[in-house]
Amino acid sequence: MYSAIVFLPLIGCLIAGLFGRQIGVKASQVITSGLLVISAILSWVAFVSVALQGNAETVQVLSWIDSGALEADWRLRIDTLTAVMLVVVTSVSSLVHIYSVGYMSHDPHQPRFFAYLSLFTFAMLMLVTADNLIQLFFGWEGVGLASYLLIGFWYKRPSANAAAIKAFVVNRVGDFGLLLGISTVFLMVGSVEFDAIFAAIPDMAGDTFRFLGYDVPVVTTIALLLFMGAMGKSAQFLLHTWLPDAMEGPTPVSALIHAATMVTAGVFLVCRMSPVFEYSPDALAFVTVVGATTAFFAATVGLVQNDIKRVIAYSTCSQLGYMFAAAGIGAYEAAMFHLFTHAFFKALLFLGSGSVIHAMSDEQDMRKMGGLYKLIPLTYFMMIIGTLALTGFPFTAGYFSKDAIIEAAYASHSSAHMYAFTLLVVAALFTSFYSWRLIFMTFHGKSRASNEVLSHVHESPAVMWVPLAILAAGAIFAGMMFSNFFVGDAYLNFWAGTISHASGNEVMEHFHHVPGWVVWSPFAAMVLGFAVSWYFYIRRPDLPKELAQTHEPLYKFLLNKWYFDELYDFIFVRPAFFLGRTLWKQGDGRIIDGMGPDGIAARVSDITRGVVRVQSGYLYHYAFAMLLGVAALITYFMFGGAL
Amino acid sequence: METALVPVPDLNPALAEIILAVGALGLLMLGAYTKASTTRLASIGAVLLFAVAAIVVIGQPDSRVLTFGGSFVTDGFGKFMKVLVLIGSAGAIVMSYNFIRRENMDRFEFPVLIVLATLGMLMMVSANDLISLYVGLELQSLSLYIIAAFNRDSARSTEAGLKYFVLGALASGMMLYGASLVYGFTGTTNFDLIAGIIRTEGMSLGLIFGLVFILAALAFKVSAVPFHMWTPDVYEGAPTPVTAFFASAPKIAAMALFIRVMMGAFPDASAEWRQIVVFISIASMLLGAFAAIGQTNIKRLMAYSSIGHMGYALVGLAAGTEEGVRGIIIYLTIYLVMNLGVFCCILAMRRKEEGMVEDIADLAGLSRHQPVLAFLFSMLMFSLAGVPPLAGFFAKYFVFLSAIEAGLYTLAVIGVLSSVVGAFYYLRVVKVIYFDEPAQPFEAPLASELRVVLGASSIVTLFFFVYPAPLIALAQAAAGALLP
Repeated sequence: MYSAIVFLPLIGCLIAGLFGRQIGVKASQVITSGLLVISAILSWVAFVSVALQGNAETVQVLSWIDSGALEADWRLRIDTLTAVMLVVVTSVSSLVHIYSVGYMSHDPHQPRFFAYLSLFTFAMLMLVTADNLIQLFFGWEGVGLASYLLIGFWYKRPSANAAAIKAFVVNRVGDFGLLLGISTVFLMVGSVEFDAIFAAIPDMAGDTFRFLGYDVPVVTTIALLLFMGAMGKSAQFLLHTWLPDAMEGPTPVSALIHAATMVTAGVFLVCRMSPVFEYSPDALAFVTVVGATTAFFAATVGLVQNDIKRVIAYSTCSQLGYMFAAAGIGAYEAAMFHLFTHAFFKALLFLGSGSVIHAMSDEQDMRKMGGLYKLIPLTYFMMIIGTLALTGFPFTAGYFSKDAIIEAAYASHSSAHMYAFTLLVVAALFTSFYSWRLIFMTFHGKSRASNEVLSHVHESPAVMWVPLAILAAGAIFAGMMFSNFFVGDAYLNFWAGTISHASGNEVMEHFHHVPGWVVWSPFAAMVLGFAVSWYFYIRRPDLPKELAQTHEPLYKFLLNKWYFDELYDFIFVRPAFFLGRTLWKQGDGRIIDGMGPDGIAARVSDITRGVVRVQSGYLYHYAFAMLLGVAALITYFMFGGAL
Repeated sequence: METALVPVPDLNPALAEIILAVGALGLLMLGAYTKASTTRLASIGAVLLFAVAAIVVIGQPDSRVLTFGGSFVTDGFGKFMKVLVLIGSAGAIVMSYNFIRRENMDRFEFPVLIVLATLGMLMMVSANDLISLYVGLELQSLSLYIIAAFNRDSARSTEAGLKYFVLGALASGMMLYGASLVYGFTGTTNFDLIAGIIRTEGMSLGLIFGLVFILAALAFKVSAVPFHMWTPDVYEGAPTPVTAFFASAPKIAAMALFIRVMMGAFPDASAEWRQIVVFISIASMLLGAFAAIGQTNIKRLMAYSSIGHMGYALVGLAAGTEEGVRGIIIYLTIYLVMNLGVFCCILAMRRKEEGMVEDIADLAGLSRHQPVLAFLFSMLMFSLAGVPPLAGFFAKYFVFLSAIEAGLYTLAVIGVLSSVVGAFYYLRVVKVIYFDEPAQPFEAPLASELRVVLGASSIVTLFFFVYPAPLIALAQAAAGALLP
């Protein structure tokens, strides 16, 4: 059964990818979507069996690498952590597949699209079922590849290609760290199997190794290097720049890869490696700071963006920051819980915004929308649910998971916990503001769209809104239903040891007993954000413009995303281009080509010209050459020869 | 030889030569006394003569047999080389069968002259004395001078013959001068005796002078640099089947003679002649590679190609070992096969209106008009360039192997590098055939005799790698016979 979950998407991918032209669009859609739905149903069965009934197991697929001391079998590790991810990945993926049938209906390359989607799903499942770091890395790179292919799916758009390359290159920075981390693990532990690593790490706490003359703590180094990979994949602060650009891909892709699944791989990695992180308080503090900073930073940028998808992209970035902050303070369960609920409501928001974009004839700028709630009420309703869940409205999914994180941040004994708590609460305020701003600008007020666009506005077909409805149900009920298992009283049985806590880390117990004002603070932030948003965009729509003018530097700073792209462009991209161009023009062109191929070729033709000129056709020249040859040989023997 | 009564020498070892001599005179009579054109008959007769001679040669013993007072030798090496020469000559006659009629060269002397030249070559291969060497060389050369100028109405052909004659005479003069020096310093013309004297008395400066002059003349015959200058002009000017002939049989005979003289008469002077051979080998390989790039005429290109190939073959001689000689023998065999095939393709370059064309550019579009011919031509070009798994690769492989085993690393490296440069012009021909804008098509179909030769050549070149053992074994035996 577990093999079927993992390999059905691969089969779908191969069929649609290799035979898409032969079997046609319809068949490709049905086969890939159908296989994924089966995979999703099996995942839920697995979830019940593994997570709720405690039947964790490991399935051997084949023996993969056996080279010297390096052994890596291809094994599916099915425990609670994996089961949660399986459910998230296959559920969202199957809904996105179905949604795409409607959303991509006008695209000429649908079989390719569905093949990529299934390929992504397969790679993601490989990642989450990995039993060792090599296998995890395989899936890690696989999702990177699929992400690259899907961001650049509309390959005729230069911006899509640029975004795809950007995503790939930025991820490469993180992946390099991950690879170093895996290598360090192998160097120190002598194995890449999770069980062997987890068994060895406690003995190494406090150990150091010499590197370039420095004594470097082993566990912290491993943890930080692995976290570097997670930062790249999960678009954390400093390595976040690719995520907003990745919105160039089709919206279902954004929902699946850049909201619900792939970007959460980093969180999954940290939780999976919790036995390692737990032994390095320094690394955990770093994770907390990065997570909280990202949550805050992305939320501030989200305040002023005008592209509907970019707002949600920054929101995703921000929510990922929440998850890392939770992991950093030791509340991995809360991180996973937020990951779980976030998948539902963020996918819902993305698909909802996709529905809006679809209805508006591919318009993404919110300044050209407005007043749409009468025209597409169903989508409006879905978006409201998503927004409520995201902002943490009581009893929606986000309420349970986000509040758990904020409370845990307060309750933790981590050195960075107050920093995290403060920023997370502020970020919750901003989240509420920009989420409602999105709703108000898109659906309320007077329409700012042209009449031609408005005349085409239509509600999406059932194949698109049914997945939305399912996700909406998840966004409402996922928190209520599972909170007890993930972070509540039943959490120890539920996780069944897949997440470990160092002794002294009792944040999971303590966060239930925080002071009342801490419990109320996120709610207050949410209400405040809503109120301000309502005042700005419903009551006084002229105010934002005024504010932007009076505080122009700040506005510009936020609008330009803290100038990170410009900064990177200045520090990395331009010097890299300069270096590349120099090496190309001067190094390769002038020196290597000049001395090498071109130079030799030029010399060859020079010699040829000379030799051919000697061949004059005159008899006496020829005879002279012969005599010269004899004379030279004789002279050689007379004066310098072997005599 | 003091006695007045000279005993009748053993004629058996020279039976093949005698058959050719008598046969050539017989064909001459036939032509002279018959009114109607007998060219075809003479051609067929010549090929039959070659066949008979080849059978006789094959039937001779492998052991070393001397006759004519020690001036004529047969052994396994000579047998192998003679068969190659006979195949080359027969191939040339077959290829000229229709050509000479079409190009108004329909005279019965043509096959007769080739038979006589071949006779000279067999003499060269069997020479064991400076006198018999010279006789064979001159008989061959004189015939070749005439054949080069055979198309009397063509200024180019006449010019080629004249140039070849004048320069050949110069080379002959050098040969004679060298021979007289050697005789003067050793007192004998017999190779075995010369070798014995050098072994006991060493090389004097006079002997070295003699050696250098003889080497120069031999280098002229194999068209090695710097005695190669005649080659491009003669190859271009001579009628194409004649060029094909020049590029095959005489080269093999001259190389055999080269080996015979160096290994037979000067084995203990190898320190001296090796330096010269290394020099002319390097010079030939490099010049062959570089000069060919500038050519637009396919026959001129083949001239430089043959200069380069002789340079590669000389690598084996420079090694001076049994492996080296084996390498040369394999090289020459494969070279002969490839060359016959290539010249068949060149003979196919004929258009109705223009007659024979010789520009490389004329080959453009051959892949469209005659795909099979285009493929075979390209395949042969790849083989000449030495691309595995074609036969040309193994030819180079064995000579370079022997050079490396003999410690001549510089030579081997230069050889490999020059074959890289050389690959350029061979591949350019392939590029023209396959990728250039098509030119006018050639006359099709190919004459049947060309098809037979081309087919045989291509099969050997293409599939040599499948079963190379027989040739290698034969070459090994031939080389072993020369170096006991």
